[in-house]
Amino acid sequence: MQRDSSLRDGMRAALPLTLPVLAFGISFGVVAQPIIGGLAASVMSAIVIAGAAQVAAVTVIDAGGGVAAAVAAGLLMNARFLPMSFAVTPSLRGRRSRQALEAQTIVDASFVLAGRGDGTFSRGMLIGSWTPQTVAWVGGTVIGVLLGELIPDPQTLGLDALFPAFFLTLLVGDVRSSGTRRTYAVIGLAAAITVALLPVAPAGLPVIVAAAAALLGLRR
Amino acid sequence: MTAVWATIGLLCVGTIAIKAAGPLVLGDREPGGRALSVIALLSPAVLAALIVYQTFAGHPSGLTVDARVAGLAAAGAGLAARLPMLAVMVLAAAVTAAVRALG
Repeated sequence: MQRDSSLRDGMRAALPLTLPVLAFGISFGVVAQPIIGGLAASVMSAIVIAGAAQVAAVTVIDAGGGVAAAVAAGLLMNARFLPMSFAVTPSLRGRRSRQALEAQTIVDASFVLAGRGDGTFSRGMLIGSWTPQTVAWVGGTVIGVLLGELIPDPQTLGLDALFPAFFLTLLVGDVRSSGTRRTYAVIGLAAAITVALLPVAPAGLPVIVAAAAALLGLRR
Repeated sequence: MTAVWATIGLLCVGTIAIKAAGPLVLGDREPGGRALSVIALLSPAVLAALIVYQTFAGHPSGLTVDARVAGLAAAGAGLAARLPMLAVMVLAAAVTAAVRALG
């Protein structure tokens, strides 16, 4: 029974992000359609399901880069899912193949929402919170492809600020419930690494390097 | 066009492989105490990095300061005042939109 309720809890927890993800999907559809075509943009959202990586790859294609450069840019952006996959694995069920399948529902928000703060994860929250976001992402892309320039720029509505605001809400909630001095140290270090690398590193790299701040947990 | 589809296919396979890496390498091995404490700190580390990244990242790369900073500050103020999440989100978007319209 608890399984079902945590799935539903996950869907509910992800709802505040549905609108910005939909808007992000729409803007991806609008931008990508003239570069790679509407069908390719829609299929890409449905099978890659990673907004920032898709934007990175399409940006490279638009600049005239080759397949290798576009794929490398996208995968570098998705490299942050690697430590998340290792982190979540012990909380997933069954054989490796089933765990590997369930791990496909890792995205930033589902990973964070599913974390219990003690190193374990709620599998129901992970899968539940991934679902509405994915529907919004793919649906948004199709809407953007179909309606194109008819749609106002989501940026004029300030929707792009909803992503950091949502994550700030989660971080503050995290800190209030289980923050220790070490949590603050990790947050400060991760933020400092990201700021330092942003001007010089390729897109995506600052986040994966900053994730290494969690290694402060090795100290007793 | 072939290049586009090759990019999409490889990106799809690569992303699946990245997310499957944990289960394929670890299987049902149980993490020890120190591993668990690193894992528990991964969320705040990734959150802090994403907040900074999504507020200051330029397009396609680099560091920019724009209206998103005002939106994030407004969200912070709303959280300090213990406003509900929906109000915090609306505040962040409204302030960002207003600053952008003025600027």
